[in-house]
Amino acid sequence: MFIKLFKYSIRDVARSKWLLLYGLFFLLLTEFLIWFSSDTSRAVVSLLNVIIIIIPLVSIIFGTIYTYNSREFVELLLSQPISRKSLYHSIYLGLTIPLVMAYLIGIAIPLIIQTDIDISILLIILVSGIALTFIFVGIAFTMALSFDDKVKGMGFSFIIWLSLSLIYDASILLLIWLLGDYPLESALIIVSSANPIDLSRIMVMLKFDVAALMGYTGAIFQRFFGGLTGIIYSISVLLIWIVALYFIGRIKFNRKNF
Amino acid sequence: MILKLINIIFCLCLINSVELIAGIIYVNPKDNSGIQTAVDKAKDGDTIIINKGVYKQNSIVIKRNLTVIGKGEAIIDGSIADGSIIYVESTKVHIKGLFFKNVKRTAIKDNAAIRLNNSEGSVIENNKILNGFFGIYLARCNDFKIFGNKIYGYSKTESSSGNGIHLFRCTTAVIKDNYIENHRDGIYLEFVSKANIMQNHSLLNLRYGLHFMFSDGCDYERNKFERNGAGVAVMYSKNVNMRNNQFHNNWGSSAYGLLLKDIRDGEIINNKFDNNTVGVYMEGSNRLDFKRNDFIKNGWALKIMGNCVDNHFNQNNFISNTFEVATNSKQSYSYFDNNYWSGYTGYDINRDGIGDVPYSPVTLFSVVSSNNPEALILLHSFFIQILEVAEKVFPSLTPETLKDKKPLMKRIND
Repeated sequence: MFIKLFKYSIRDVARSKWLLLYGLFFLLLTEFLIWFSSDTSRAVVSLLNVIIIIIPLVSIIFGTIYTYNSREFVELLLSQPISRKSLYHSIYLGLTIPLVMAYLIGIAIPLIIQTDIDISILLIILVSGIALTFIFVGIAFTMALSFDDKVKGMGFSFIIWLSLSLIYDASILLLIWLLGDYPLESALIIVSSANPIDLSRIMVMLKFDVAALMGYTGAIFQRFFGGLTGIIYSISVLLIWIVALYFIGRIKFNRKNF
Repeated sequence: MILKLINIIFCLCLINSVELIAGIIYVNPKDNSGIQTAVDKAKDGDTIIINKGVYKQNSIVIKRNLTVIGKGEAIIDGSIADGSIIYVESTKVHIKGLFFKNVKRTAIKDNAAIRLNNSEGSVIENNKILNGFFGIYLARCNDFKIFGNKIYGYSKTESSSGNGIHLFRCTTAVIKDNYIENHRDGIYLEFVSKANIMQNHSLLNLRYGLHFMFSDGCDYERNKFERNGAGVAVMYSKNVNMRNNQFHNNWGSSAYGLLLKDIRDGEIINNKFDNNTVGVYMEGSNRLDFKRNDFIKNGWALKIMGNCVDNHFNQNNFISNTFEVATNSKQSYSYFDNNYWSGYTGYDINRDGIGDVPYSPVTLFSVVSSNNPEALILLHSFFIQILEVAEKVFPSLTPETLKDKKPLMKRIND
């Protein structure tokens, strides 16, 4: 049953013009940056700056709108003998997988064909992009299920995006400024890696700005994130986010009185 | 024909007579008397040839102008006693092709493989030094040459290690084509004048690849400094010129490609600084001319403190550095013109190759992170970028006077 629903859901999402536009945007952006940057490393850093803003934003908006729009379809299906679990899976995966595919095609193809990019850097970019899509679709899903009012749901999704991508960093800077006299390094590692957007940024930064990070404070970050434990830690944090949001969404979906 | 023959005979005679005047003394490892006896026996101008083998000897004192040549792998191992392996206390000594090993480390004496005191016109050439405490140590020497030596150390801490080539109160030196690895300082100069340091390769030294203290009028060219604590430190000196050197991969919390402290009147031309934590760090340095240098992929290309005055930066390339210029002052008394900055985003309407909008290379974030180093974790953050834009429009924290008024649109290639 799940397969059938999943196929339907994917077909429905893939028909959307927005998805095509999303993939095309990444393709053009990557092409543009490769062409106009003097070297690959700067192109990748610029690319990353756009990715960590655009992926969460698009995932959250697209996810919320889609969930609200498919509400009647969900109600119809739930009147049939279909388990809520397989319906949830088909909608959640049907939403994330086309977004992930569009991202992968848009980013990976130009980078692999036209640059001599290091495989570890490519992996970091791809993994963080995929993780961000899953996390923010999860947030959108949860928000859309929590509020029946479309405007309210959209508003809260947007506020969450804004907090994680802007306000969070602003608070960290404030924290540093206020508590600058204390040794903050380990606390900063924990606080900043708790945010998936910051975590993706830090992972790429460690690859490209090693020289700058060799100063005393930077070396602490470098030592933590650069090693194997750092990689395992980063991936675990991303996985915890994905799994937690998946379960929250599932509980909400199961309990929801449509 | 006959004339030619006579000529040849005459020449042969001349060579023989030279040999008669300047004797050759051979030393073999089996001779019990050792190198010191041969040195004592020799007269001024004699040549001592040390044959292949291992000589466990120390404190060989040379008091005449001799030529000492190693034939094959002549190893002199100094581990048997405290002290330098060779002491030279005479003028015009030529030491060539020897292999020195294991000099005793002490905290009291500066033991070295080759030590010259009050010597003039000496040449030290193509020697190999392994685990010398100090490699080649010269005090109060004039007019000498140090060529093509390979010096390897086993330094672990700064306080327990010596320098590769150490010059103290010397004048007119040529130091060329040496390879120096893992000492405290690769080449150290204190109260030296008119030294010419060329084509050396200095790497993995704990402190500096090349270190000037109170040394005026020195030049160094085409050297390569890699993975040292700091590439080159020039301190309390004037008229030091630096050309065509390379500073690579000097990484660490206080690691610089080039550290300039209290120096003045020098030229820094055509050097390449890449992948250093800080490319150039300058403090109290005045009237320096930076021209056609490449700063590539450094953490900070240039850290210039507020007490630097009248320095000129022209036609340099600043490419893909994390931070281009950092400073601790709101004023700048140095001048930046016609440099290429890869971070420049301005335009060039009249197409003369010079950007129409001045470029300020000091970013808000470089100011913030030099006050609070922990803020470095926010590098490339979206929030920081928004702040940067705001700061560009209304500068409040970055120095307004530190600006390149004529930034170049294209990179300068030599």
